[in-house]
Amino acid sequence: MNPAFRRFRSVLAANAPARISFWVLAALYLAAIFAPWLAPYAGDDESRACSWAPPSALHVRETDGSWHVPFVRAVSYTFDDDALRVWTEDSTCRFPLRFLHGGHLLGLGEAIASPGQRVSDPVPAGRLYLLGADARGRDLLSRILLGSRVSLTIGVVGVAISTLIALVVGGIAGFAGGWADSVLMRLCEVVMLVPAFYLLMLLRAALPLDWDSRVVYFYIILILSFLGWAGLARILRGMIQSLRQSDFLAASRALGLSPWRILWRHALPQTFGFLSVQATLSIPGYIVAESGLSLLGLGIQDPQTSWGNLLEEAMSIAEIRLHPWTLLPGVFLFAAVLSWNLLGDALRDAFDPRSLS
Amino acid sequence: MSALLSVEDLGVSFATPEGPLRAVDGISFSLERGAVLGLVGESGCGKSATASALCGLLPPGARTTGSAHLLGQELTSLSEPSWRSVRGRRISMVFQDPMSSLNPLLSVGEHLVETLRTHQELSRTAARTAAAEWLRRVGIPDPAARLASFPHELSGGMRQRVMIALALCPGPDLLVADEPTTALDVTIQAQILDLLATLRKELRMTMIFITHDLGVVERVADRIAVMYAGRVAEEGPAAAILSAPRHPYTRGLLDSVPGFRPRTGRLLSIPGAVPSPRDWPSGCRFHPRCAHADRICEETVPAAPGPEGGAACFHPVGAR
Amino acid sequence: MIPMLLGVSLLSFLLLQLSPGDPLSAQRGNPQVPDALIHRIETEYGFDKPVPEQYLLWLSRTLRGDLGYSFKYKRPVADVIRERVGATLLLAVFSSLLSWLLAVPLGVWAALRRGQWPDRVVSLTAFVGMSLPSFFLALLLLFAASVAPPLPWFGRFPIGGLVSPEFDQFGPWARIGDVLRHILIPGLVLAVGGVAGLQRVSRGSMLETLRQPYVLAARARGLSQRSVLWRHAFRNAANPLITLLGFEFSALLSGAAFTEIITSWPGLGLVALEAVRAKDLFLVMATVLMGSFLLLAGNLLSDILHAWNDPRVKLS
Repeated sequence: MNPAFRRFRSVLAANAPARISFWVLAALYLAAIFAPWLAPYAGDDESRACSWAPPSALHVRETDGSWHVPFVRAVSYTFDDDALRVWTEDSTCRFPLRFLHGGHLLGLGEAIASPGQRVSDPVPAGRLYLLGADARGRDLLSRILLGSRVSLTIGVVGVAISTLIALVVGGIAGFAGGWADSVLMRLCEVVMLVPAFYLLMLLRAALPLDWDSRVVYFYIILILSFLGWAGLARILRGMIQSLRQSDFLAASRALGLSPWRILWRHALPQTFGFLSVQATLSIPGYIVAESGLSLLGLGIQDPQTSWGNLLEEAMSIAEIRLHPWTLLPGVFLFAAVLSWNLLGDALRDAFDPRSLS
Repeated sequence: MSALLSVEDLGVSFATPEGPLRAVDGISFSLERGAVLGLVGESGCGKSATASALCGLLPPGARTTGSAHLLGQELTSLSEPSWRSVRGRRISMVFQDPMSSLNPLLSVGEHLVETLRTHQELSRTAARTAAAEWLRRVGIPDPAARLASFPHELSGGMRQRVMIALALCPGPDLLVADEPTTALDVTIQAQILDLLATLRKELRMTMIFITHDLGVVERVADRIAVMYAGRVAEEGPAAAILSAPRHPYTRGLLDSVPGFRPRTGRLLSIPGAVPSPRDWPSGCRFHPRCAHADRICEETVPAAPGPEGGAACFHPVGAR
Repeated sequence: MIPMLLGVSLLSFLLLQLSPGDPLSAQRGNPQVPDALIHRIETEYGFDKPVPEQYLLWLSRTLRGDLGYSFKYKRPVADVIRERVGATLLLAVFSSLLSWLLAVPLGVWAALRRGQWPDRVVSLTAFVGMSLPSFFLALLLLFAASVAPPLPWFGRFPIGGLVSPEFDQFGPWARIGDVLRHILIPGLVLAVGGVAGLQRVSRGSMLETLRQPYVLAARARGLSQRSVLWRHAFRNAANPLITLLGFEFSALLSGAAFTEIITSWPGLGLVALEAVRAKDLFLVMATVLMGSFLLLAGNLLSDILHAWNDPRVKLS
C-alpha cells in the first residue's frame, strides 16, 4: 500500500486544484461526522412562527449605540397586500450568540432586554437562522449539515457495493469463460441499454412507495448500486481475461493453486489500482443520483434529510423567488461533486501512463 | 553555374525542457539544377533536421541560423504565411513512412485534386484528369480507377508512389526526399528508386535524397554529402566518395556495409557510438572513434569541405 | 438490436413482478377506476396466469402496438408515449447540437493554445460545467429567468412548458420562435453538461491528431492553414468525438429526463416520473422500453456517422 500512498501524496503536491479538493472534502466529511454538534438545531426543531424566515441579521450595536457580542433579534411576520410576508424585528430584547452552548457548537443565549426595554411575556422566539428557515421554521444550515451525512455517504457506500458486484460478475465471467461469460455479458449489456434515469424509475416502481424511514436508506443504496455495476463488470471481465492469458497466472496454476484461489488472491488484486480510480470517479455520479432521486420525491423522505430532499423545497419556482436560500443545498452539492471530480481526475492522470496533459 | 540551392553555415537548434539542443551545427553545400545530392548519415546526425529546416517544418520553438538560398529567396527568415507560398510550389518533401503520411479519410483522388487546385487554377474536372495523369506517371496501374481508392486499400509501395505524385504535382523546383525507401521492402525500394530516376530525367528534377543506406544512395545521387554529429564530414561526387573516401568516418561506413568492401576480409564496425548532441566532442567530433586521431583533432575544428568537395579532416585517408 | 430490446423488456417485466400485488392492485383501490375496466384488463393480460405466460401475452400485444392502458391518463399507453417522445427527441437533438457547436471550437482552440491561458480557462470551465448537477443548474436558471426583466424583442423568459398558451393563434414562424424560446433553458442546461466532456475529448483528440505525419505532410504540400486544420486534422480528430456521442447518449437521455421534470418540458421523462408516482405500471414499462430504444437509435446514428466520416469503418 505504501507506494500507492506515496503516489497519492505526490499527486496532491503537484496538482493545486486536487489539493484544494482534498481539503474541501475532508472538511465536508468531518462536518458530516460532527454534524449534530456543529448544527445549531436538531433536524426536527420547528418553529412555525418563523416559517420561511430569511437568514438572521447579526447585529453588534444596540439601540443606544453600545457594542455587544454579536446578537440576533426575534422576528415575526405579517402579510402585505400581495400576500407576501413582511418581516419585522422585535427590538425589545436581544439574543446573544453563544459558543459551545447546550451540546452544540453554536447557539443563542437567553433573551436580554434592550436598553430601556423589558423582555416581554411570553418571551419572543429567538432563532439563529444563519442560512434561513424552511416552511416549518427549521434551520436550513442545521438541516444541510445533517443532510450531508446521507448525501456524502450514500455515494461512497453505493460505489463500494457496485464495485463488489462488478468484481464478482466480472471475475466469474472473465475467469470461467464459456456460457457463464456469455450470459453475464448479455445481462450487462441489457442493463446498460437502459438510460440511468429510466432504470431508476423502473427500480423505484418495483419497490413499495410507502417506506419505513430506516429502510429507505438501504433501498436507495440498493437502487444506486444497480446503476453502475454493469459497465464496470464488463471492463473487469476484459482485464481478467487478459490476465488469464498472462504468464504469471500460468505459473500460479503450475504451482497447483485452485482456480478460486488464483482468482481472488492473485488475479483480482491486479485490478485494484484501476478500481480505486474508477471508484473515485464514480462517487460524484452516485451523489448526484441520490440527490436527483430525493429531489423527485422518490428517495430520502421527511423526516430524514439529504441535500436532494432539501432541494425539493426549491422545486416550485414561485417559492424560489420568495426564499432563494432554499437553493443553498445545491451549492454544497456542487462543491462536493466538483471536489470529487477534480480529485478523481488528478488520480487518474497519476495512474495512467498514457494520459496527455 | 548558378546553383539552384545554396546552403551556407546552416544551423538548427530545438527547444527542449533542458534548454536549446543543437542538431545541425553549421553545414554548407550547394546544388545545381537537375542534380541529386545524397545526404548520408546515421540517425542523430542532423540530416532530417536539415530537411525539415529546408521546408520550414521544424517544430515550434526551433531556431535556424545561417542561410539557405533557393533561386535567390532566403528560406531561413521566412514567416509561416510566406512559407505557405513556398511549400509545394518551390520546395516539396517526400516523407519516410507512407503508411501514415496520407490522410486515412480522403481518397487518393481527393488528395491530388486538393493539392493541384491549391497551387493552380483548375476546375474540378481538369484537376481530376491531371490527377489521373500523375498517377500514371508514377507508375500506378489503372489510374482512373485508383483515384477513388483510400490509403488503407493500397500497399506500401503504391502509397509511396502517391506521395511522390503529391509532392511533384505542384511542380516544385526542389524535391527533398527524407528516407523515402527506408520503410519499404527491398524489391519495392528498387522500384521506387527507378521511378525517381525516371522522373528526374523527365522533369529535370533537382533533388536532395536523405538516407542512411549507402546502397540506395549509390543508385540515385550525383554528389554525396556525409553528415556526422551535425556537421558535414565529407562531400564530393558520388562515385569518388564511394570508391575513394577521404574521411575516416566515410571509410568506416563503407567498411561496415557489404558490397563496398573488397570481397576479402570481414566487415569492420566503427568502435564506439554516435554521440548525442548534448555531449558532442570538442574539435573534430569523430575523434574519439577515429584510429588516426591526435591532439589537433581533439582541439581544433577541421575546416568544412569547400564548394568543390573534400573531407573535414586533418588526416584524410588515401584510397585503399 | 431487437434481441437487446427484448432483453430489456424481459428485465423490466421481471423487476416489476417484484412489486407486491399485481400491476392492477393500485388501481383496485382507486374509486375513479371502474371495475369493468379493471376486469377487462385482467382477462386480456392474464394476471391470473403464470408469469412466463403473462410475459408472452404482454409481448404479443406489444408487438401489435398495444402497449397497455394508462390509468393515469385514461388512454392507451401508446398514445401517451407517441405524444411525448417528440418533445424529448427535440430537446435531445437541440442540446446535442448546441453542445457540439460550443465544445468543438472550444476544444480546438484549447488544443491550438495548449498550456496557455485559454486552455486553462476552458478546461476549468468545463470541469465546473461537468460538476454542476443538471437539476441544480436548471433551478438556478429558472430562478434567474423569473427575476430577469423582459428582454427587448425576446420577451420574458418562459419558465416551463413547450409552448405558450397562445400558441395556436401563432403563425408558423411565430410558432417556431415560441418553441425556441421555451427550449432555451432546458436545452442550455443539458448542453452545459455535455460540453464539458465533449470539449475535453475534442482537445485531446485534436492534440493527438495534430502530431500525426499526414498533418505534417499536408503542410509540406503548401495547403492552406484552414484546410490543414479542418479537412485533415479535425476530420480525423472527430472519430473519438462521434464515439463519445454514442456513449453520451445514455447520459443525455437521463439528464434530459431530469431537466424535463424541473422545467416542465412535456417529454418522456416527465411521463416516466408520473407513471412511477401513480404506479401506472404499463406506462412505466413502456417508458423504459422507449428510453432504451432511443438509446439504441442514438448508438446506431453514431455508428452511421462513423461510417460516413471514416472510410475504414464498415457497417455490420
